[in-house]
Amino acid sequence: MKISPSKIISLLFFIFSGFYLYTAYQIRVFAFDENAAFNARTFPVYLGYAGLIFSALYIILPERKPSNVDVSILEYKKTILLVVLMIIYGITILKAGYFLSTSIFLVLSYIVLGERRWIWVFILSFPFVAIFMYLLHGLLNIYLRDPFLKYLGIIG
Amino acid sequence: MIEGILIGLETALSVKNLLMVMIGCFSGTIIGMLPGLGPMTAIALMIPITYGFEPSTGLILMAGVYYGAVFGGSTSSILINAPGVPGTVATSFDGYPMAQQGKAGKALAIAAYSSFAGGTISAIFLLIAAPSLSKVSLAFRSPDYFGLMILGLTAVAAFSSKGNFLKAMMMVVLGLMLASVGQDSLSDIPRFTFQNMNLADGISFVLVVMATFAMSEALTIIFKGNDPTKAAKQISLSQLGSIKLDKEETKKMVTTIPRSSVLGFIIGVLPGAGATIASFLAYGMERNFVKDEEKEKFGKGSVNGLAAPETANNAACSGSFVPLLTLGIPGSGTTAVMLGALLGFGIQPGPRLYQTNPEIFWSVIMSMYIGMVVLLILNLPLIPYIARVLATPRTFLIPLILFFSVTGIYLISFNNFDIYLMIGIAVGATILRLYDFPMPPLILAFVLGGLMEVNLRRSLLISDGSWSFLWDRPLTAVIMLTIVLIVGWQIYKSFIKKR
Repeated sequence: MKISPSKIISLLFFIFSGFYLYTAYQIRVFAFDENAAFNARTFPVYLGYAGLIFSALYIILPERKPSNVDVSILEYKKTILLVVLMIIYGITILKAGYFLSTSIFLVLSYIVLGERRWIWVFILSFPFVAIFMYLLHGLLNIYLRDPFLKYLGIIG
Repeated sequence: MIEGILIGLETALSVKNLLMVMIGCFSGTIIGMLPGLGPMTAIALMIPITYGFEPSTGLILMAGVYYGAVFGGSTSSILINAPGVPGTVATSFDGYPMAQQGKAGKALAIAAYSSFAGGTISAIFLLIAAPSLSKVSLAFRSPDYFGLMILGLTAVAAFSSKGNFLKAMMMVVLGLMLASVGQDSLSDIPRFTFQNMNLADGISFVLVVMATFAMSEALTIIFKGNDPTKAAKQISLSQLGSIKLDKEETKKMVTTIPRSSVLGFIIGVLPGAGATIASFLAYGMERNFVKDEEKEKFGKGSVNGLAAPETANNAACSGSFVPLLTLGIPGSGTTAVMLGALLGFGIQPGPRLYQTNPEIFWSVIMSMYIGMVVLLILNLPLIPYIARVLATPRTFLIPLILFFSVTGIYLISFNNFDIYLMIGIAVGATILRLYDFPMPPLILAFVLGGLMEVNLRRSLLISDGSWSFLWDRPLTAVIMLTIVLIVGWQIYKSFIKKR
């Protein structure tokens, strides 16, 4: 028997709802609130049950409109690489600063997606980020933390 | 009311705000034109920038982006038969055949004039309806609000699910679950924080919108191997033909626009329905109204067939602001994003907004109209140039969207944890999208989650823990009955009708 991916997702959501409901029951409320008509636990408990009911219904009932996705044509490699690049971007943005980490992220993303027009790769990374930073920091007065540019004395 | 309009005009016509409308319309058009990226993504990308502005300026910018994105969606529907947003799918039925006949300029002009006229008529309706409804909605109590919120969520789930109502309802619950993370608003008791300080204040609205729309849309394009700009490379975007309309074409539009505007506005006011349904209904209605000779032209480049959905979708956009501004309850995903932005500015929309912040209430309404004038005067003549954006390679487009998304959340929190959380939610949303789990119900539920809990708390406390508050008041009972009908209809449609 083949189980459709949508049903697997619903099963995962069922498990997640169960965990959510368990955690909801663990929420500590004030002693005087324990038997109140409504406390911090009430709404999450209802949500947990709602999640269990909807996902269970989807698993049990026949699928009328199954989603047809050809998994063989999906681009796993590029997508995973982009996600990894974003995580690295997230790690470096505070330490290396906005300018450097953003520019390098853009360059690497263009390359991962197959771009080889180097002039455009350059223009749409370092100068582009510099202009964008000037717009945010210089014109709109939006603070951007950048230890690297601060070290160079470019921003205060 | 006249005083309010003047206050709104004064605010909306200041140099700074006029500039914001122009920037909003222009950037909205560009983003909306790119297939796959709709008004929600466009507004989401703008939110972090607007936080540096005054509330009215920020909202004016977002209203401009909204209208620009809808206009941009029509442009890609007409030129490359790739609707940027679902609301412009019906536009492509006759717009694209016109473009193929060498009348792309004319089709764009019809779309722009119809949008403008539809927007103008519905803006007048909005001027009349919003203050009156604000007064009526003062009579609403917590149980009514709670019922209205469930109605909004059920309706959005029903309309956006494309036959998968249960999937949409799971997304509603997931959105509410995400909204429950953080300290309880009344007792300050932490919930679902797992002793992580980064979650104490809950999950940021901007983070969820960016992750589920901008970022996951970009990842979906890559994951599926789509190239949204492929079709644009096959046509000449600089030779679109004349934008002048002849007498007969104008005459046809004059009869179509009023009826489509009324229909579009009414559909827009209804929770969950929105521009997509309005445009399809207007297209169908128009086909029934025209003579047999014109009926034959539908689908082959009919002026009426293009004007009707374009008028209706813009009228529905204005209509969707009625429940947002008067009740504080968004009726669609896009207005849910707007509500989130309003709450970010510390403004609670609802019946009292009209009295407490008249300048915001009226300036948003007036700026919508100014936005449409900007679209007509500036964007239409510039379309041959703006349309070149359609040819932007995805190799540049996708990284730039991801960069804007990460920047958006970085500017708000300066926190690595939020970036990781956003990436995690975006990856989850990409997988869910792949299997047709709709995102608009999730966003609407996330935005309404806090308000829903507050109103449920009040209702239960008033009724001493009894659920009879759901049918005690006639208004609440009518709302609940409507919900039962929607759910019943969905069950009938999915499981009984097809057997």
